[in-house]
Parts: sequence; structure tokens; C-alpha cells
Amino acid sequence: MTDHILNPEKQEYNITVYTENQIGLLTRIAIIFSRRKINIESLNTSPSEIESIHRFNIVITESEGVVRKVCRQIEKQVEVLKVYYNTNEDVIWQEMALYKVPTDQIAEKALVERLLRENGARVVVIRHDYTVFETTGHREETDALILKLQPFGLIEFVRSARVAIIKHSEGFNRKLREFESMEPGHEPGENEYLDKRDKVFTM
Amino acid sequence: MRVEFGEKSKHNSALKTTFMDTAQQELTATEQKTTIELSGSAAVLEALIAEGVKTIFGYPGGAIMPIYDALYDYNDKLEHILVRHEQGGIHAAQGYARTSGNVGVVFATSGPGATNLVTGLADAQIDSTPLVCITGQVFAHLLGTDAFQETDVINITTPVTKWNYQVTDANEIPEVLAKAFYIAKSGRPGPVLIDITKNAQIQKFQYSGYTCCKHIRSYRPKPIVRREYIEEAAKLINAAKKPFVLWGQGVILGKAEKEFAAFIEKAGIPSAWTILGAGAIPSDHSLNVGMLGMHGNYGPNVLTNECDVLIAIGMRFDDRVTGRLDKYAKQAKVIHLDIDPAEIDKNVQTTVPVWGDCKETLPLLTELVEAKQHTEWLAKFREYQRQEEEQVIQGELFPTSEELTMGEVIQQINEITGGEAVIVTDVGQHQMVACRYAKLNNTRSNVTSGGLGTMGFCLPAAIGAKYGAPDKPVIAVIGDGGVQMTIQELGTIMQFNVDVKVLILNNQFLGMVRQWQQLFHDKRYSFVNITSPDYVKVAEGYYIPGQKVENRESLRPALEAMLNHPGSYLLEVMVTKENNVFPMVPQGCSVSEIRLK
Ligand SMILES: Cc1ncc(C[n+]2csc(CCOP(=O)(O)OP(=O)(O)O)c2C)c(N)n1
Ligand SMILES: [Mg+2]
Repeated sequence: MTDHILNPEKQEYNITVYTENQIGLLTRIAIIFSRRKINIESLNTSPSEIESIHRFNIVITESEGVVRKVCRQIEKQVEVLKVYYNTNEDVIWQEMALYKVPTDQIAEKALVERLLRENGARVVVIRHDYTVFETTGHREETDALILKLQPFGLIEFVRSARVAIIKHSEGFNRKLREFESMEPGHEPGENEYLDKRDKVFTM
Repeated sequence: MRVEFGEKSKHNSALKTTFMDTAQQELTATEQKTTIELSGSAAVLEALIAEGVKTIFGYPGGAIMPIYDALYDYNDKLEHILVRHEQGGIHAAQGYARTSGNVGVVFATSGPGATNLVTGLADAQIDSTPLVCITGQVFAHLLGTDAFQETDVINITTPVTKWNYQVTDANEIPEVLAKAFYIAKSGRPGPVLIDITKNAQIQKFQYSGYTCCKHIRSYRPKPIVRREYIEEAAKLINAAKKPFVLWGQGVILGKAEKEFAAFIEKAGIPSAWTILGAGAIPSDHSLNVGMLGMHGNYGPNVLTNECDVLIAIGMRFDDRVTGRLDKYAKQAKVIHLDIDPAEIDKNVQTTVPVWGDCKETLPLLTELVEAKQHTEWLAKFREYQRQEEEQVIQGELFPTSEELTMGEVIQQINEITGGEAVIVTDVGQHQMVACRYAKLNNTRSNVTSGGLGTMGFCLPAAIGAKYGAPDKPVIAVIGDGGVQMTIQELGTIMQFNVDVKVLILNNQFLGMVRQWQQLFHDKRYSFVNITSPDYVKVAEGYYIPGQKVENRESLRPALEAMLNHPGSYLLEVMVTKENNVFPMVPQGCSVSEIRLK
């Protein structure tokens, strides 16, 4: 965080990586960051909408120059299909959080209904001993509910990595077909790097 | 069909004839998939044969024994060179790949065998050398149990391989090996490591032949060539008054030497090389203005900061080439031709990126550039060269001092071989001297560890270089430090009668480090004083003839004796102890601040 203030050109970037589902690829991608001493602030990896293709969402705070170089190193990996990077303005993003609180306290002392409404939270389970709330949102929002639940004896809290949708993406289906249908040695009929030098990479 | 399916050979095990022939014929004959039962190990060897591999450098051990057992029956198809250390094996494979242009193949066992490969992998990764390394691994059911000789070789080697993969089932072997070769040699080449668990080597499976890999959907070996950027590049070149070409190993890896020469000759552009690019065009080509970098030539370094258009071809602006980046060619427009998009703008911001295989992009560019001669501009390089000759080169190549210099040894070799030899070097002062002064008539005749600077590289690499270029004399130019790092490979030379000429330039110092201590650490010589054994006796112990030379009169006859000797030979030359390599761009300085003394 302080880094961000000291280096004004640094900001949060959302890196989206489409990959084959391959053991060891996480290491290959992770070392591209650790080698440069870049801290991964959030990492989500899960199957994409396309079978056998995984999608990584990685958040780092860096200058665009560094992000671009890192993305190219990632895209260079054999099992990586495509890499995009975006600022927070370019994406819609969410993190999910779960909060476990003692049921007696929360039921007796809190205005539960208001709490849920104000924070867009839901109740996931209610047991006699504890209750679990869930909320999704930006960091500030999930943080805010921690503060509110703290007085009621918050037992446990967990937050997911960030997932982000790129505002002007067309999805990956079409692109994948290009990758697959390609005659050996031919390339997709595009080279976005050269058109929009700063945003997208296609080799 | 040369063998019947299932027929046992005389050796009572695997097939004597390669299965490929039979399988292919069967396939075309019946139009359906025919399979035979094969072990994973035999499938590995079938894959090598199908990929055209003739030579393997390796060392056996417990976890790779099934493959070695299968190798016993493939003796007539695959030559295996038993090295003396796995590091030697991988450097030999690198030397082989560099002189032959083929993929180098290495076998090693699990655990220590595999970890001994790491230095060579790192070297091959940074110098883009195509290798396929096959390591044995413990049985799959023992993975993760700290079994005997188990190391996590996949994770250890991830940062130093282009691709790696662990095979635990024999059925995967044909496809994985096909991928391995394809990845190693396509695009920007690099090392691939395939770790095969012992059970997969032993396992019998239904083998249906080997198909070479030509496409992996997630892998773009070559970027698209975009004509408009070639046009932009040509425009810049045609408008340039002082264009300057920097070329690297990409020209050689792309097998684009002819295309490269055609380009610079038509455009009349003075061209300088990185040490890995050396030899792509002959040393005495009229547009070859010399070596780049820290110990490169005077003109190319100074004039980098004077040219108006800098055309980088298959090189990656290593810091040993650029010196201080914020003072590097700031006045110039930069055109960068590279097959690896990650290299564009990595160190030097380009004006026009020309992504692609230079074998394809160079002819397109040549077509669009105007035929020119930059006579005055070229003369500038020659003027700097004259100054360098006067102040540095003359004294180094034709010394009048009593003691021998490294440069005069190289000069004598040039005179004897005429530039036809393959020069393999280690790392240090002798490397810089050899690269600066060796006359190279041919491409793939300079083998050195560039990006990693791996001492100990030379002796094993020279062994491989000889296998890759059997018809050329191979001279291993090594320091007294580096030779002691992998001297055990004299055993390989002995056993396989490898005709390598081992030339030790003994300055009784870790010379390059000593030079830095002299220049930048107030001559505080901290642990750079290194003693040597009697190398001639050591060689004799390996049944390799040799001699030691300490004065000028005996140098020429000794070099001639070495080069005329049919077979390996060791020559130790005692050279001046405290000579420095100049010119030099001191670390942290700009290329134009290069010092002649
Ligand atoms: C494996 C390894 N260890 C250390 C170094 C650092 N190093 C670079 S050059 C050099 C000295 C080499 O001495 P020698 O082989 O005698 O060659 P010279 O410079 O004297 O020609 C050293 C120690 C290195 N490059 N590689
Ligand atoms: Mg020395």
C-alpha cells in the first residue's frame, strides 16, 4: 500500500490468464512474479467457461511497464493460451467473504436484519452455536462488515481471491477456436499488440 | 516389413528394427491403427530414432536403468556417450546442438543425476539451446515419500527449462516426447526436461507408432509477420544516414545466415555481433565491424551512441552488451527483429518491432530496402578500428614482451587453421580474447557460454561440438580455472577417442576476477590465485598426448603438433600472469565510455 503512494505510477492491475489445465503450471506462472520480487496480492484459479481451459485472475500492484513485461513472460509459457491485463477501471470485480459469529450474541444484541441489508450480506447457515454470513464486494465492503461484526464476537473470517470480468471482452470461445483450428505454423489473423500496443498480447 | 510383430530379437528382448518402419507400413497397408506391445523404455528410444537422434550423452543410475537396459538392444541405432559427470553430459549436448543445429539429448538418473543437470539447463535456457533431457524418477507410488534418490526435479528445473513434464504412465511417452522435441527446437529454442518414473519405463503398453508434433494449441512458436511493420522498418532504414546492425544468435538459430548477409549487403549497413552471434557471417566480411559489449571492439561500442537507426536482429540487449541502459543509443530509432515477443521492449524501447522468424522477416525487409553504401559511416568504424589496432590489438597479437599473450596464441591458430576450426571457449579472459580474435569463416563455429558464463562449460561442450561437427577441427580454449571444474571429461575423450584439441591458457590466476580486483578493488587479490596440476601428466594419465609451452619459439611448433595430431591432444600454454582484457566498458558505464586501457 505504501509502495503505491511512494510510486505513483504503480497501481493495481488485474491479470487474466487462460491456460491449459496442467500440473505445474501454477509454479511456472508464480515464479515469473517471485523472480522479480513482485508480491501476488490475490490469485484465483478455476476452470473457465470452456472445458479444459483454466482461468487465472492475478492482482499485483506495479507500474504498467513492469506488468506488460511480466504478462509477456507469462504468455510465453508453453501451456498459456492468452494473457490480458487491466486496471481496476477496466474490470468488474468481486471478492467473497464469510463471517462466523456466535449465534446467541448476534441474535440478542445485533439488529441482524439491518446489518444484512446495509452490507448486502446473506445468511448461509444458522446453528444454535454459530451463524455464518456471506457477502461479496470490494475490499472496503467486505472489510466494513468485519468492523461491524467485531463487537459481536466474530469467531472466524475468510475472504476469497478476487475474480474479475473484463468490461469489453468478447469472451474466450472464439479465440480458442482460432487457436485450435489453426493450420500448423499459421497464426490467428490478428496481432493486437501492434494495434493496441499496451493492452493485449498475441504472439 | 523387417520384423514380425512380437518376434524376439537375438538379444531376447526388444525389437531390433525400429518400430517406426514397420508401424508406418502397417498403417498405410491396412489403413487402421496397428499396435504392438512395447515397454515405456523402448518407446523412448523409438521416439529418439524417429526424431533423427543419433547421439545421446548420458550417465546411468537406478531410476533410469530400464531405459539403459533397452538401450542395450538399440546399440546399432543410437550412440551413447558415457560422460564422467551429468553436468559434462548436458554441456556436451549443448556443444552438439550448437555445432550441428540439432536437438541435443541427455540421459540422467533421478536425484543427484538430475540435479547435476541444473547448471547446463540454466545455460541452455539463457542461450536458447535446444535440448531434450530425460531423467529417471522413482516409482510413481513413491513420489513425495522422500524415496531413495527422489528429488522434485520438475520443480527444481521449472525456472531453467522451456518446458518440463513428468511421465508416470508409459502410454504418455510417444506423445510427450513428440511435444518435447517440437518445443525444444521450434520458435526460440530451449531445453526441455522429461522426467519418467521407473514404473512407466518398465510398463508394457500398446504402442501405435510415433507421430511428430507440429502444433500445440497453447503454444505460438512464431509470431505473425506483419508487413506494415516491415514497411515501417524499411522506411526508417532507407532514411537513415548512419544505420547500424547488431546481430545475435537468432540469426544462427533461425538458420538465416544467408538472408542476413543479403540484407546487410544490399543496405550496406555496418554490422556488429554479440558473442553468440559470432560466425554467422565470416570475420573478414567487409561489413563485419566486430564484437559488441563489455570487451567488444571500440568502434561498435562508441558508435552505438552515434548511429541514427539501430537494427537489432535476433539479440536480446543483454547488459553485458548494452552497458548502462539509460545512456544506451538514446539518439537512435530502434528496430528490433526477434522471434520472441517477450524480448521486444524488455530492455530497450523499440521504435518498430518486427516480430517473427528472421528467416522470414529478413527477406521481406531486404526487398524493401534501397541498395546503398554507407561509405563514410563505415569508414568511421574503420577509423576506430585503426585506433584499437594501434593501442590494443597489435600488442596483444604480436607482442614484443618476453611473455606469451593469450592473443598471440589465438592469432597463431588463425594462421594455421585459416579460420576453419570450431572454437569452443570457457569463461574468463581467455574467452573474451578468443571471441575477439578468433577468425571464423563458418557459422556454428563459435561455441561459448554467453548468458550464464558457466565456467567448466568448455571441455564437455567441445566433446559434443566434435560430435556435431565431426569434419572440423575442434579446439577447446580453456583457462586454468575453468579446466579444473570439469577436467574429469578427459575420461570421456579418452574412452570415446574424441578428437578434441584441449588448449589451456594458463595465467595462474582466475584471470577475469583478478582483472576486476585490480581495476575496481584496489588490486586486493582475494582468492584469485589458483594453482594447477601438471596438466600434461594428467593428460598422460588419460592416455592423451600433450605438451607444455612457455616461450614464443616453441609456441608455433606446439600448436602445429597439436593440430596435426590425429586425435585428442592437450597443450598447456603459460601466458602472462597479469594481463588485462581491453577495451572494456566498466560496469555501470555507457558503451561510449569504453576504455582502451
Ligand atoms: C561456475 C562459475 N564460477 C565462478 C565464475 C566467476 N568467474 C568468471 S571468470 C572467472 C575466472 C576464470 O578463470 P580462468 O578459468 O583461469 O580463466 P581466465 O580468466 O584466467 O582466462 C571466474 C571465477 C563463473 N563464471 N562460473
Ligand atoms: Mg586463468
